[in-house]
Amino acid sequence: MARKPAKANRRHPLATVVLIAIGLAFTGGGYALFTSTATAQTDTASSTSQSSVDEGKKLFAANCQTCHGMALEGTPAGPSLLGVGAASVDFQVGTGRMPLATDGPQAMQKPPQFTEEQTQALADYVASLSPGPAIPTADQLTANGNATNGGELFRINCAMCHNVAGAGGALTEGKFAPDLTGVDSKYIYEAMLTGPQNMPVFNDHNITPEDKRDIITYLKYLQNNPSPGGFELGNLGPVAEGLFIWIFGIGAVVALTVWLTAKSN
Amino acid sequence: MSTIQRSDVPHEVVDPAFAETPKIANTPASRFTSAAANYIDERTSISAVVKEFGRKIFPDHWSFMLGEVALYSFIVILLTGTFLTFFFQASMAEVTYDGTYLPLKGIDMSAAMNSTLHISFDIRGGLLMRQVHHWAALLFVASIGLHMLRIFFTGAFRKPRELNWVIGFVLFILAMAEGFTGYSLPDDLLSGNGLRIIDGLVKGLPVIGTWTSYLLFGGEFPGTEIVGRLYTLHILLLPAILVAALGVHLLLLVINKHTQFAGPGKTNDNVVGVPIMPVFAAKAGGFFFIVFGVIVLMASFFTINPIWEYGPYDPSPISAGTQPDWYIGFADGALRLVPSNWGFMIGPWTFSLNIVAPVVVLGLFIVVVLIYPFVEGWVTGDKREHHIADRPRNAPTRTAIGAAGVTFYAVLWAAASSDLIATHFGLSIEGVIRSLQILLIVGPIIAYQAAKRVSLALQKKDREIALHGYESGRIVRLPGGEYIEVHEQLSDYERWRLLSFEDYKPLMLRPDAKGRISAGQRTRALLSNWFFEDRIAPVSATELEQSHGDHGAVEAGEGHAVESGH
Amino acid sequence: MAHDASSGKDTAATSSGLDVGSVGTAIEPSTVGHAEADGGLAVITTDTFTNPGLPPTRMRATDLDPKKARNAQRAVYTLFYLSIAGSIFALAAYMAFPISDDLNSIRLNTVFLGLGITLALMGIGLGAVHWAKTLMSDEEGEDIRHPVRSNDATRTAAVQIFDEANKESGFGRRTLIRNSLIGALVAFPLPAVILFRGLAPEYNNPAALLETTMWKTGTRLTLDPSGLPVKASDVTIGSAFHIIPEGLNDVPDRLEQKAKAAVLLMRVNVADLTISPGRETWNYDGIVAYSKICTHVGCPVALFEQQTHHLLCPCHQSTFDVNNECAVIFGPAKRPLPQLPITVDGEGYLIAQSDFTQPVGPSFWERS
Repeated sequence: MARKPAKANRRHPLATVVLIAIGLAFTGGGYALFTSTATAQTDTASSTSQSSVDEGKKLFAANCQTCHGMALEGTPAGPSLLGVGAASVDFQVGTGRMPLATDGPQAMQKPPQFTEEQTQALADYVASLSPGPAIPTADQLTANGNATNGGELFRINCAMCHNVAGAGGALTEGKFAPDLTGVDSKYIYEAMLTGPQNMPVFNDHNITPEDKRDIITYLKYLQNNPSPGGFELGNLGPVAEGLFIWIFGIGAVVALTVWLTAKSN
Repeated sequence: MSTIQRSDVPHEVVDPAFAETPKIANTPASRFTSAAANYIDERTSISAVVKEFGRKIFPDHWSFMLGEVALYSFIVILLTGTFLTFFFQASMAEVTYDGTYLPLKGIDMSAAMNSTLHISFDIRGGLLMRQVHHWAALLFVASIGLHMLRIFFTGAFRKPRELNWVIGFVLFILAMAEGFTGYSLPDDLLSGNGLRIIDGLVKGLPVIGTWTSYLLFGGEFPGTEIVGRLYTLHILLLPAILVAALGVHLLLLVINKHTQFAGPGKTNDNVVGVPIMPVFAAKAGGFFFIVFGVIVLMASFFTINPIWEYGPYDPSPISAGTQPDWYIGFADGALRLVPSNWGFMIGPWTFSLNIVAPVVVLGLFIVVVLIYPFVEGWVTGDKREHHIADRPRNAPTRTAIGAAGVTFYAVLWAAASSDLIATHFGLSIEGVIRSLQILLIVGPIIAYQAAKRVSLALQKKDREIALHGYESGRIVRLPGGEYIEVHEQLSDYERWRLLSFEDYKPLMLRPDAKGRISAGQRTRALLSNWFFEDRIAPVSATELEQSHGDHGAVEAGEGHAVESGH
Repeated sequence: MAHDASSGKDTAATSSGLDVGSVGTAIEPSTVGHAEADGGLAVITTDTFTNPGLPPTRMRATDLDPKKARNAQRAVYTLFYLSIAGSIFALAAYMAFPISDDLNSIRLNTVFLGLGITLALMGIGLGAVHWAKTLMSDEEGEDIRHPVRSNDATRTAAVQIFDEANKESGFGRRTLIRNSLIGALVAFPLPAVILFRGLAPEYNNPAALLETTMWKTGTRLTLDPSGLPVKASDVTIGSAFHIIPEGLNDVPDRLEQKAKAAVLLMRVNVADLTISPGRETWNYDGIVAYSKICTHVGCPVALFEQQTHHLLCPCHQSTFDVNNECAVIFGPAKRPLPQLPITVDGEGYLIAQSDFTQPVGPSFWERS
């Protein structure tokens, strides 16, 4: 399921232009300031400090503003970010989906372009302009909830797109729901909360924070307890099983019939 | 090929360990054996059966074993299925799960699902038996399919085996029915949605649909009856019919004897091969254990149908990638390929063309497969018995029809996984489905043409080889300075294998006694023209002699066998 | 291409056929079923080859070399002993790997039990086949085929038996008896057919059952599966709520009702919606409720794309456009998903204005 976008296209075509513009604006000393604030940021990564917001503002201007507008109002090239909250920014930037690499049916996951601190700074900046869902705290993410409840909610709310085992599935016009195996709990939570791209929003009235934790608990249970029946064939159901029987089952049996009927040397 | 004759080396001398000459044994063991044999024979005349069948000959070819694979997987299914019935409860009564699997604890589900989870998680070896049963079922249907392809492409359905083709075809349908009923029994989310599709499909049938679904499910879908009913079908009615049909299938096999491929010493009047006792019995018996072993090996290492992930059936949830087992895939694919908005009203009634069209298309496909032997028999008008299996290339039109049919089936089958094709190859679902819609029409035509041309080309190649031999790769220089490649001639045995096949010509229309040409005759002439207009006649003895004559001249003149170069 | 590559050479076809024997000597010409049978369009030519007869049997290494034979013998009995070891291993695995609450124990139990059984089976199978291939005589035998058709004497006798039975019973002659018997035989299974009416309850008309669902005027929209009511203010733009009618979890026929009443609730920007006359009040500020049961064959259509507003069915890829009252835009479905008219009650909870105005789920014959 994992889709690895071509590395050559990782950067948005406009990013270079923007970078040159920024480079002209913030010369020499500006660069020094940039690096020093980034290092300073590590100490106060979790709290929303003014310095983080300022840092985020610069990063936003350099990397996001072209499409999303200076005041998050959006442009024809990208949606408005008003009210999306820190959670959305953390998901999109933290999973490498933003900045967008290439035009396509949907933004692809790829190695993130920014450090955790920079991502945090962007999130702080966006949240400071327009409040929205916050990044979940660590205790909202611990996988010690009720796996039964989580499983039932997962089947009703998630499985139709992501498959019962979280192996992912197809959407319309080339879009797809990604494989959830190995995805960080934080991003699963943020995705439910903010509804990235074409995923619907599952706000806290629909799926409460406890429910969300239960769903994460269930997914982690599936991940930590491999199938008792053996290799899972990608958890893709009967199609994978059918291919397996035709390629390996029939293949092995036919090879054996050939051996069986061949004359011995 | 070795030229040592068996008679040069008496078998007995080869291996003293096995060369015990049968004396009148007098050990206690042999006394017991003979007494037991006597006891049974005096009550059953078993000796006559052994005499009749003990040395019956079976031809040896790998493709002749495919039916056996089906038979053996069926036996494995019977064995493991019986084990499963001891634990399975075919009831849709609602219970609350309280077993080993944590993420389902406290969930309401049917007793069927509960007992299947019980088999999987609370009985030692239970999961293994479930997986053996399910993998064996997949192998069962797959091997039947492959067996049928072998029969089709070698023309082994011709007289006197047309009826056995029909019986075998019925077995194939029964196997699919067994598979589908079994798949539905655990009442999990995947199979429940499969039944939902069946319900929708049945409801869409004109006139009878609504009532049929109502009766089938014992009320509104999903009801509380369907699992019990499918269970009765799955373990009683369908297996009973299947075993009976299988018996007739095997009986006819014995009566008709097996076909064999053309080869030296093989004629339409004999069967060449190994005797049942001991070689065939050892091979076939051993092969049962091998097939069983392969299935158990798959079941030990590969999960199949993890119902604990699917959860109990509920009409609201569904999983992405909801598909039937592979053998129902072609039907699911047919449903997927229907274009949007097919359907109309007839007065106050709804006619669901999006259901009826695939049902009719599949029905026609099935009927064509079923009656094909009779159609070909009618076209050729050949009333003789045929015991020599054709090489597919020697019946180009039949091979082409088969290739078209296989392509048609394969496109429908691929359509059943359109969503997975889209996600795994980075395509859009719409693109995949539209391409498959086109391919469903165009694919068989291309496959037909390609298979026919390839068959004819191979026939031509055979003809060339038979007349002029193989290119040996050895280049010699003639005294005149000319370089030629030496061609190696075939042995008589090899040539016979290539050249002995049936040849047919299109029907010449002739008026009957009353001077008329009936419509039936016209159709037959048309069809026979389609079948046989492109034909490459087998090499005749005269042709070969002529070509040899050329070779002879060259050989005499130059001392080398060279191509005569027509 | 290739039309009649040897035209002119196959014209020697004779209708009488079978005098091929004059060419060959090694093998007699075919007689099985050919004696009187018509070859139809088959080209029967006298200008054929002689079947060269069975080739000499090639000796195997085990036939020629006693050492190889002894090796083969050793391989065969080793395989059989391995099979015994496999069976014992399986027994031991059954005891050594009991199953517990830990899924891994089931994994181990399955693998080791399975491996033991595989070894037991494969040992026997491979051993027997190896034995047959290397040590048993592989001299090919030959059976003569006889026509499947019974010989004429037998056929005459069979016909005679039928004739006599006919005469003795008068089956052909006493037509009244024969025809009344046929009539009786045709009629007697009818009661068996009608018995199957009992497969489903007798007091209902299935088409009528499909017309209605649990939704009634004022039924609250509640969350699947908890049954908690949903406030309009809870449903933010881009949300998708999986909805069941209030009280569904308490009815005895829960699954049957759910199979008709399941609803997907979505909120989109009201400006995006194209609304046909008569449906203006069916949404509440961009909150729309549609039946989740596909109009094709009934799978739950629940894949809501919040930006494109497409609804996709994962079974057969029917795609519905929420902006346009769930009209079919792709896939095999024929009809749009039925819309559930909704509004809010005094406390701000979402309620149904009425039942669906048309039957939900797959089309059926009586549906008008």
